[in-house]
Amino acid sequence: MHDEIVRTEQLACCYREGRVLEDISFRVKRGDYVGIVGPNGSGKSTLVKALLGLVDISSGGAALFGSPLAGFRDWRRVGYLPQSLHLVNPVFPATVHETVGLGLLSLKRFPKSLNSGDRIKIDDTLEELGIYDLRLKLIGELSGGQLQRVLLARAIVNNPELLVLDEPTAALDPETRERFYTMIGNLNRTRGVTVMLVTHDSGAIGLHASKMLYLDKKILFYGSFEEFCHSPEMSSMFGEHSQHLMCHRH
Amino acid sequence: MNNMNLLEILSYGFIQRALLAGTLIALLCSVLGVFLVLRRMSLIGDGLAHVTFGSTAIALALKLYSAMSLLVSMPVVLLASLGILKLTEKNRLSGDAAIGIVSALGISVGIILASVGGGYNVDLLSYLFGNILSISREEVVIAALLCVGVLLLLTLYYQELFAISFSEELAKVSGIRTSFINSVLVLLTALSVVLAMKLVGIMLISSMLIVPAASALQLARGFRVCIVLAALQGCGSVIIGIVISILTNLPASATIVVVNLTLFLISYLVRRTIYSNPA
Repeated sequence: MHDEIVRTEQLACCYREGRVLEDISFRVKRGDYVGIVGPNGSGKSTLVKALLGLVDISSGGAALFGSPLAGFRDWRRVGYLPQSLHLVNPVFPATVHETVGLGLLSLKRFPKSLNSGDRIKIDDTLEELGIYDLRLKLIGELSGGQLQRVLLARAIVNNPELLVLDEPTAALDPETRERFYTMIGNLNRTRGVTVMLVTHDSGAIGLHASKMLYLDKKILFYGSFEEFCHSPEMSSMFGEHSQHLMCHRH
Repeated sequence: MNNMNLLEILSYGFIQRALLAGTLIALLCSVLGVFLVLRRMSLIGDGLAHVTFGSTAIALALKLYSAMSLLVSMPVVLLASLGILKLTEKNRLSGDAAIGIVSALGISVGIILASVGGGYNVDLLSYLFGNILSISREEVVIAALLCVGVLLLLTLYYQELFAISFSEELAKVSGIRTSFINSVLVLLTALSVVLAMKLVGIMLISSMLIVPAASALQLARGFRVCIVLAALQGCGSVIIGIVISILTNLPASATIVVVNLTLFLISYLVRRTIYSNPA
């Protein structure tokens, strides 16, 4: 089994307005929980989208599970959870069960269809996340917290080895947010899922992350959580208060 | 026809052909419409219909009539659908602007050829408003074959189409080739638009794509249910519309659309009633 889940070498991304990411080189190992933090516009979302092939890489390269991204086809090993409110059309007529089922398509060959075993898998995942009772509800009828759990169920129903989350709790209240982070932490610890989490939520990241990546177009820090907490450069750059918020609960 | 009974009317060959072809075309349009409406591509039907107008003008200029005109219309409209997709790739142009450009090109070619050709203006105008009751045996066979092909492809790619309609970004990360599936969707739409031209005419094609889907979205609890409801409304409105038009001597195309709109209004009111009085 390949232990290097993500690798980037001098990766750079450009939009029309200029360079968003440059000289990004880092490695993520199996079982890591990487918190990706940085100011607004620092390229956090672009970085995870580049790793998932959703935005073009202008130079350098990236690899998932040892395969260069350009030729990577093994998407069943990856789960992705974006900011849900931007994603879901409120009039989309899918039920929770149907939505979670979409997460299984990466396991299927053409012509893709779901069987009774898949339906059991969906039900089990809904049970695991405590949302089985919602299975027949339409996604437009859910609260922000319920919707986020449904999209998490969609992301993990195929048992991914890598889970990428892009500011997943932006629209949630503090209590729901904390419950959500506990769920992700459990997936990392119990299932051994490697997690890459983009967040502004400095308090919550400190509870679970084993590594921190501080980004501002370039990588300003990448290392263990403990190193991050004791880094005077980070303290001056990130602000003592925010750094303290992250570190004191760990 | 007013004095004839319904069974007698239904025994006529041209009525049977109209009902058969109309139901098949409506089935295609309504199922595809669900994907198009959810992908906010509803007006692609309108744009492609205008291209159909231009391509039909070319066919008539080449003295290709009825089923033979499809030899020109099909490839031109298929290419136009891919053109719209290409223009919108990587956000070079928004979807509505791309549809507007291709649509303007189609209609202007049609007008110029109609003006230059003079003599075939009447034929061309008949394509604007459709005439399902004049559908020939050959056209029914072509419509049936194409319907079977399109429905087969829709069944084979159902999950992928569902996934890209829900979220193209998530579909990509599930390993779905989204640009290929988008091409499948617009090509199937192009085929359906060419077929639907005979049913309701260029002016009303988009209603066959949009209205059944819009009605189903009011009531459906589930994606599959939504597709079934849209298909039922699409087929039902064609059957009811054709029967009413024969009994009342009203134009079939407009009658079909009015039946469709009435069913939409009913769905809308039912939804409002349900939501204002939740159980």
